[in-house]
Amino acid sequence: MEMRSGESADLVLRGATVLDPAAGIEGRHDVVVREGRIAELAAPGEADATGLEEVDAEGLHAFPAFFDPHVHLRTPGQEHKEDVETGARSAAAGGYCGVLAMANTDPPVSDPADVEALLADARSTAAVRVGFLATVTRAMAGEELTEMVSLREAGAAGFSDDGLPVRGARVLRRALQYQRLCGGTIALHEEDPELSGEGVMHEGPVSAALGLAGVPSISESTTIARDAAIAGYEGGRIHVQHLSAVESVEAVRAAKAAGVAISCEASPHHLCLTDEAVRSLDPRRFKMNPPLRSEADRLALIEGLLDGTIDCVATDHAPHAAEEKEVPYEEAAMGVTGLETAFAALHTRLVLPGTIGLDLLVEKLGSGADPFGVERSSLAPGSEANIALCDLSARWTVGEEGYESRSSNSWCDGEELTGRVLMTLAGGQVAYRLRSFSLGVAS
Amino acid sequence: MRHLLSIAQLSRAEIEAILDRAESFAEVGRRDIKKVPTLRGRTVVTLFYESSTRTSSSFELAAKRLSADLVSVKAAGSSVDKGESLKDTVATLTAYEPAAIVIRHPHAGAAQLVAGWADAAVVNAGDGKHEHPSQALLDVYTLRRRLGSLEGKRIWIVGDVLHSRVARSNLIAFKAMGAELTVCGPPALIPRGLRELGCEVTHSLDDLGEADVVYALRLQRERMRESFVPSLREYAAHFQIDSRRLGPRQLLMHPGPVNRGVELSGEAIDSPQSLIAEQVASGLVVRMAILYELLAAGDEEPAPAAGNGATRPTPIGQPA
Repeated sequence: MEMRSGESADLVLRGATVLDPAAGIEGRHDVVVREGRIAELAAPGEADATGLEEVDAEGLHAFPAFFDPHVHLRTPGQEHKEDVETGARSAAAGGYCGVLAMANTDPPVSDPADVEALLADARSTAAVRVGFLATVTRAMAGEELTEMVSLREAGAAGFSDDGLPVRGARVLRRALQYQRLCGGTIALHEEDPELSGEGVMHEGPVSAALGLAGVPSISESTTIARDAAIAGYEGGRIHVQHLSAVESVEAVRAAKAAGVAISCEASPHHLCLTDEAVRSLDPRRFKMNPPLRSEADRLALIEGLLDGTIDCVATDHAPHAAEEKEVPYEEAAMGVTGLETAFAALHTRLVLPGTIGLDLLVEKLGSGADPFGVERSSLAPGSEANIALCDLSARWTVGEEGYESRSSNSWCDGEELTGRVLMTLAGGQVAYRLRSFSLGVAS
Repeated sequence: MRHLLSIAQLSRAEIEAILDRAESFAEVGRRDIKKVPTLRGRTVVTLFYESSTRTSSSFELAAKRLSADLVSVKAAGSSVDKGESLKDTVATLTAYEPAAIVIRHPHAGAAQLVAGWADAAVVNAGDGKHEHPSQALLDVYTLRRRLGSLEGKRIWIVGDVLHSRVARSNLIAFKAMGAELTVCGPPALIPRGLRELGCEVTHSLDDLGEADVVYALRLQRERMRESFVPSLREYAAHFQIDSRRLGPRQLLMHPGPVNRGVELSGEAIDSPQSLIAEQVASGLVVRMAILYELLAAGDEEPAPAAGNGATRPTPIGQPA
């Protein structure tokens, strides 16, 4: 993973409410950051601010900055949607200190030289750490393996054909065999194209009413069951992307119980929305793959978060240009952006109503680092400063002030949310400040 | 009514009002001069991205009978062939300041999008497999003339419901008018979850005798390739409406075009119970009523346009 190097942060978050569930930290502190590291958690108002920028964090929350193992930065080839710089800025605005970019670019990231070029790009432009996955199969064609060992040596953070499933069982098995040589978690987009066919939304009463071709839930769960069995047999490590259905949660739960090295993620939009939203026929906000499913599916995902079946939240941030979404639903590109709204949306829709606790949300927004062997951010003294400073009572309308992302296909566009990231520290540097968040300077 | 995008937007009373209006246009149709000046000086655009005989011709004739200027655009042979987006095509046509745009498109939600882009009243003349509200209105009109009321009548919709926008709009409209709906077809052609739209679902014609009205849907021949049906013969053997299955008191409807010998037998089509020809005739007057409702209903009664003064500018000198 790489990011732009700049000035190390020297500041104190005065009187912040600090919450880091993994480190067991909870309470009001002055968070002292010196030379980009957390130097001290002092009693509120007690820290010596000499030489430090002083940030009034009274009433604000400081969390370990988030990590998103599933974003699309569209580079190379589709820079009109996003690039490494805008994607990383979007991540910083959402409180993230690191993201992993998928490899389904144009062309896909299948060569070691591509990985090296992307890492160099991140080194010169990215406000947060960016890692790049390489494809499992050459050009994502599903047939021949990529040079996985060389790709890892070039710095690939893992492997994924995301956007498409690894269709053949044999090629996945071979990839898991090579994984023993080079490591690198294989992230899987689970979908059986035989079953999903021409589907554009969840198959159920809403698709029946709209006359849209449906994607049955079993298109996902049958593939998860197959891949978990292969991973178990080979002793490989897999990560299931964007779970959407109750059957899928059950398939992962069963695989974990059987001892398979499997982890999985759920996206904010699948945790917050159902296929009822598709009645609007608005593809900009509500068309993605896997599709929004039923309320029973949504509740099963929440249950999976609560009982630990679902390891982390990942946005599947998928920027698209306006003209790719200003078309009838069936013709529109699949995917929505999510980096800038993940925390606020989940806080508004799941934490405030009491469905999940704030500590669980903070935990699941950070734990996406684990499946890929990335160190999680921590607020424990001595750690590198990776901090999301949030105002939990701030109400804001998504998109009103534009986006840091190059694209505006946010599933929350126009929604009023409660809770907002005001400032993000990533890799020991200030990666983002909300423009209207003014800062006091130490006297 | 600003647009006609979905039949679900109309209450029973609003449907009745449109059908009453259609009755008055039926009277006009019996005159020697079948034209009224209602929409004189106003422009109606028909924009068809799919082939159509009945719907396009009846909307065009309806606009002409109301004295509107008509621009009819077919995707084939237009700039759509050159890759122009729907949004840009609509922007182009909007330059003519049309009062109404009638659109048929192969994808759901197209008419709704156009309504968001254009100032004109938009009529959904079929969007993908989603809706076909003018068809539903003309079918209710046809049945109302024959039965008086649909209240408590049993209507069976038989065939390829999965791929049918007519089935979806008619289900909503027939239910709104008080009918009881049963949908019948092979499981592969009945969408999962359809029952939640408020109809019975069956996969056998055994109880067809209970129906007052049998509404058959077209089975496209290419459905075989995607294994929705194993063969047309297999389909016809179990789901064709023929004179053996159709009782003498039952009415038969079909939105057209018919695949003779597939979903309907020849003698059923030509039987006295068949309303298929009446449906086509109803199409004209109902579509006149729709255009009237959208473009002139706010004007002073009776019909002539621009009755209450200069609230609507009359475009002058536009290209035809």
